[in-house]
Amino acid sequence: MPTRIDAAGEPIAFTFDGVRVEARAGDSLAAALLAAGIDTTRRSAVSGMARGPYCMMGTCFECLVVVDGVPNRQACMVEAADGLVVTTQDGAVDAFAHEDGGREMLA
Amino acid sequence: MSAYDVVVIGAGPAGMAAAVEARGAGLSVLVLDEAGAPGGQIWRGVEAAGPSRRGVLGGDFAKGADLAAAFRASGADYRPRATVWNISPEKVVDYSAGGGSRQAAAGAVIVATGAVERPVPMAGWLLPGVTTAGASQILLKTSGIVEPDTVFVGSGPLLWLVASQMVAAGVPPKAIVETVPHGRLMAAAKHLPGALKNAAALAKGVRMMWAVKAAGVPVHTGVTDVAIAGATHAEAVTFKGADGAMRIETRHVALHMGVVPNPQITRLLVCDHVFDTAQRAFVPVLDADRMTSRAGVYVAGDGGGILGAAAAVLTGRLAAMGAAEAAGRPVDEGARGAVRAALAKDAAVRPLLETLYAPAEAALAPADDVVVCRCEEVTAGAIRHAARLGAAGPNQVKSYLRAGMGPCQGRVCGMVVAELIAAARGVTPGDVGYYRIRPPLKPLPLSELAELGEAEPVAAQ
Ligand code: FES
Repeated sequence: MPTRIDAAGEPIAFTFDGVRVEARAGDSLAAALLAAGIDTTRRSAVSGMARGPYCMMGTCFECLVVVDGVPNRQACMVEAADGLVVTTQDGAVDAFAHEDGGREMLA
Repeated sequence: MSAYDVVVIGAGPAGMAAAVEARGAGLSVLVLDEAGAPGGQIWRGVEAAGPSRRGVLGGDFAKGADLAAAFRASGADYRPRATVWNISPEKVVDYSAGGGSRQAAAGAVIVATGAVERPVPMAGWLLPGVTTAGASQILLKTSGIVEPDTVFVGSGPLLWLVASQMVAAGVPPKAIVETVPHGRLMAAAKHLPGALKNAAALAKGVRMMWAVKAAGVPVHTGVTDVAIAGATHAEAVTFKGADGAMRIETRHVALHMGVVPNPQITRLLVCDHVFDTAQRAFVPVLDADRMTSRAGVYVAGDGGGILGAAAAVLTGRLAAMGAAEAAGRPVDEGARGAVRAALAKDAAVRPLLETLYAPAEAALAPADDVVVCRCEEVTAGAIRHAARLGAAGPNQVKSYLRAGMGPCQGRVCGMVVAELIAAARGVTPGDVGYYRIRPPLKPLPLSELAELGEAEPVAAQ
């Protein structure tokens, strides 16, 4: 299990798929989830395979979750906050397609 | 719409230095950055990190606090948590912040969006529990989170830096599996005399490796055939090492094979790029003032070619001086000369690093059954097949196979796709080119598009 090397940040909590996750103020959602031992945050739209945060810097989009009902949020870019309701993103949520069939995720 | 002499994209070392320099020249400056605080990746969380975390992260990290303070005091308008999603040829910047989309007209744009980690496709790299080494470091910097079960795989200075920071934190990694091929050290050695001009960087590198080895972390060198085993989660790293086939049980693998310029914005603006064979990456073509082929668009920092954080500060200053000069402001040639000299000295270590840590062949040419495009799950074999059928470059492969068409828009796979097509066609990546990058650069709610409005700038203080 991951450990924290200091006690920085006020304790906060949100839920992930209904389970309470303890976090520290300043954590991204992805960091808080990883610290809690949760590293599967979405299922692939293509194969259904379990995926989780990969880059932690907004590049890979592997960390997509649903936050308070809004899909396609990058868990590594959204700051954890008390009371957020976060859920696994199952497959792609498409609301917009490019002329060439590209899957742009305008939610 | 608001208007600025300079819009800087990114608040890392290069972006902050550019903003400070441009403000010093009397220009109006807007800085847009995705993160919640300045620092970029290299100095991420530098303002918030307490003394103990700064101690673990080392002196070069602490230096970022001084630049962040100068940036805060510079009078630049600063918008954290702002995502740039388009820039027009007329240099109107569209960005999303605070739940709405905004526009700013820029006299000059300084792109300071840094680098991304080179993808390291291998069997099992899609599994949860596998991250980049950079991800491990971000967890440490921003949240003080470390995973003792981490096995680092690959090569490059960042890998050793993160491992040494974990050692300093008292939580050493489980193992290091280094893929630097045998013979590289000899090849790199011929660059040693030149590299000694930046002896401090060399000494730091040697200290990092020594600290990791002294902490008793098992280091496997010259390994090949690396794969990650596991069904629905990483379970082990397997490889061929000096003692034959090896298997290390772990649920946390951190991959690294160097970094490459983040191409999104310079590609969006259709700036000229070349394939740099030493860096094995596409880099935008820049003039001595860091201006791209598009007038008024500059690149500061690693986005213009990998030189590291110290150089990023210097190229940020050069870009701002160039923009100031173009805006009719006087530039102190003595200062500019000093920055260029410091840059040349700092860069002296690059040929050695580029030779020693050039990506292993396996990362550029993964086996046919390895997935390369993580989003659309397109394999290396499918890409080779498409290339043999006549797909001339990444854009054709994209329309044949959907590679690069998923949420990340090719950010992760782009480099490998270009390498695979080039190898299949017997040409260089420079000949096959790169994905065409179109807006929006990041997903944004349609509601935001609808309410495109005027921005009220927020001052840095
Ligand atoms: S982990 Fe890569 S975008 Fe969030």
